[in-house]
Amino acid sequence: MARPVGEINASSMADIAFLLLIFFLVTTTMNVDTGLARMLPPMPDPTVKQEEQDVKQRNIFTVLVSKSDRLLVEDEMLDVSQLREKTKEFILNTEDKESLPEKEMVEIPYFGTVPVTKGVVSLRNDRGTSYKMYMYVQNELVAAYNELRNEAARAKFGKLYDDCSEEQQDAIKKLYPQRISEAEPKNVGGPR
Amino acid sequence: MSKFKRKGKGGLPAISTASLPDIVFMLLFFFMVSTTMRETTLFVSVKLPEATEVVKLEKKSLVSYIYIGPPTRTYSAMYGTEPRIQLNDSFKSLDDIRDFISSERDALSEENKNQLTTSLKVDENTRMGIVTDVKQELRKASALKINYSSRKKVDKM
Repeated sequence: MARPVGEINASSMADIAFLLLIFFLVTTTMNVDTGLARMLPPMPDPTVKQEEQDVKQRNIFTVLVSKSDRLLVEDEMLDVSQLREKTKEFILNTEDKESLPEKEMVEIPYFGTVPVTKGVVSLRNDRGTSYKMYMYVQNELVAAYNELRNEAARAKFGKLYDDCSEEQQDAIKKLYPQRISEAEPKNVGGPR
Repeated sequence: MSKFKRKGKGGLPAISTASLPDIVFMLLFFFMVSTTMRETTLFVSVKLPEATEVVKLEKKSLVSYIYIGPPTRTYSAMYGTEPRIQLNDSFKSLDDIRDFISSERDALSEENKNQLTTSLKVDENTRMGIVTDVKQELRKASALKINYSSRKKVDKM
């Protein structure tokens, strides 16, 4: 009883497909979101009394960004382009200087027992700092750490940090722990 | 005198368009797979700052966005030109951030609740004051994973 079915006209198929295509082109975006990942410090518990954290002065690398986007690093005016080198110098402390941070011996897989810096980068900004400058400084600080990690990865494993396996990356992370602390904001510029 | 003889009665033979739908469908599937839906209409103009050390933002479903910037021209008459905060589809104040975060967190499944990442899309000419306030609010809401959204700059070596 099968009757031959007449051919369906498919010439409008292209139009339909085009319509769908244009709909998707308009409603979707293709950009991949990128950015600097950061962890905020948890809010201090108001019931617990805050004890001053005992961090020695030599272990802190203070970076101040002023209202007019100028940089004060360790009580010294500095251009942003020098910040990366300065940070690396602070983290490495190759000559064990008195003014630069202490080190402690830590056992790390792949590396054995090696000295690891106790330095902390402390970043403070004014309410009037522009976001562009703030990001620039953040970027330079992260870049300093990333460069050191890359150097370590290349020396030890002969490849870039990003190409290392997870355990290798963890080991390098322990070697150069990224400690960037954003200080509690101080309200200096009056009420908001 | 013509050397080349015209075939037929002139005019080109019709090109078969039978494969056109297939080609277009292929394009369509490509775009459907490689793109994501636009989620919000921006009321503030955001020009992201540049950075070299950026990381990709993984798992878009776990990300909520906070936009900060001056209102676009259509809205500047109503809201002025000072940087404002936009959450979802409207202008919001600082106090709304906590509600926003908790509602975003409720939308996630149980095991992902503490994986919530907040992406701050801030215009580069914004002053840090408002950003600091937002960060404090996020800390109070204990949404600690944040991402300063920025464009990837090609490093000049």
